[in-house]
Amino acid sequence: MVASALSVKNIHKSFGSVEVLKGVSFEAKSGDVISLIGSSGSGKSTLLRCINYLETPDEGEISVSGEVIRTVKGKDGKFHAVDRRQLEHIRTRLGMVFQSFNLWSHKTILENIIEGPIHVLGMTKKDAIGEAELLMEKVGITPKRDHYPNQLSGGQQQRAAIARALAMKPEVMLFDEPTSALDPELVNEVLLVIKKLAEEGRTMVMVTHEMSLARDISTEVIFLHKGLVEERGAPSEMMRDPQSARLRQFLQMA
Amino acid sequence: MMETISNVIGFLPALIKATPLTLLLTAVAGVFGLVIGTLVALARLSGRRVLSVPAYVFTFAFRGTPLLVQIYLIYYGLGQVLPGTWVRHSFLWPYLRDGLWYAIFALSLNQASYNAEVIRGAIKAIPRGQIEAAKSIGMRSSMILRRITLPQAFRSCLPVLTGDLIILLKTTSLASTITVLEVMGTARILQRQSLLTFEPLIAAGIIYFTVVFILTRIVGVAEKRLTRYRTAKA
Repeated sequence: MVASALSVKNIHKSFGSVEVLKGVSFEAKSGDVISLIGSSGSGKSTLLRCINYLETPDEGEISVSGEVIRTVKGKDGKFHAVDRRQLEHIRTRLGMVFQSFNLWSHKTILENIIEGPIHVLGMTKKDAIGEAELLMEKVGITPKRDHYPNQLSGGQQQRAAIARALAMKPEVMLFDEPTSALDPELVNEVLLVIKKLAEEGRTMVMVTHEMSLARDISTEVIFLHKGLVEERGAPSEMMRDPQSARLRQFLQMA
Repeated sequence: MMETISNVIGFLPALIKATPLTLLLTAVAGVFGLVIGTLVALARLSGRRVLSVPAYVFTFAFRGTPLLVQIYLIYYGLGQVLPGTWVRHSFLWPYLRDGLWYAIFALSLNQASYNAEVIRGAIKAIPRGQIEAAKSIGMRSSMILRRITLPQAFRSCLPVLTGDLIILLKTTSLASTITVLEVMGTARILQRQSLLTFEPLIAAGIIYFTVVFILTRIVGVAEKRLTRYRTAKA
């Protein structure tokens, strides 16, 4: 049996009276790259944010390498994480890259990258800097190490944010529309980094609008529609021969 | 004219001697004001009514009334109440008779009420995404507060906080009304001793101006260093 790196079971989430996710499940084995696609409002970003509990699922189960995030049912009938420490620990094992980068603006690029390793993982500053230098080299941000985020282009900021997430040595990387906030000419430099990570065999889940990226690097594509999985499968077949009318329509628009 | 000038100069040494007390009042009330103000701001943002409502009432009351009223209420009010309690016989009593403590108390709370509003605004202005990024790497909330939220909030409202600190320096002159012999209190004694109305005040003005000038310069340098991340050029 191949242990699953990430398992997402029956996730439900409502905001007020709007049910955004109506029971979504998927599983990622080690090395899988899963792309979540769908039109806006389909719930794909919410699903990704439920994985590390930035949004708390009302119902369902998340587990990382077999460790389930423990939840308890509250008075409102919704579930929430019962053990802050466990949740925090699981979060260290899930790297997240945001649409709007979210680098800490009062810290330099290097400081952004070493913050987690030093203060959350308890690494020494020297070791953390050593690793950060390798990561900065990898994403091509080394010349900017002592710059502040607002001195960088969007593409540079996103690559730095990827390095920051990688510095935690996560088992799974989560990408939330990593290129959507970028100027068109900056998209490619970020895509190249993401492709490189996929080639290294990293387990990744990404929400994306870049259909060519999804086709090139995914092991599985999941098409969400109105909070449910409408269609899923291997990227090439799915995109060549969509089964559902909705996916066909979506792919024509994309 | 020459006589006025020489009188003013003659008053300066006594006032310079009183300057450390003015600086002490400013520093102590400044530090307490910052600490209490931060706690009040966090209480207001806590989302828990047991904390946020008292914090709101506190800022509303202290910002809504004149400092002089607060100083009198605390000095005469507490001064009436405390002797009837255990404090009267405790080792603290010799100190608690001194107006200085009441002045520090009033100035600190007043400063805290202003700082709280400024800090609250600065915390609210931090982009949510930066907090989420901190959560996503597994930081616990106390660490997020210490490493991400507060450092950024303080930096972004630093110009207002330092502005308030300079206002505080001048406001400490109100302590003279409850027998504290800082610069203003000393000036008033000099007025009585010399029977001159203006010269001690002019001398006091010169002292305040000089201290404010130096303080402005110091905080200016600190501000530049701490807000480099916003002003740095690409």
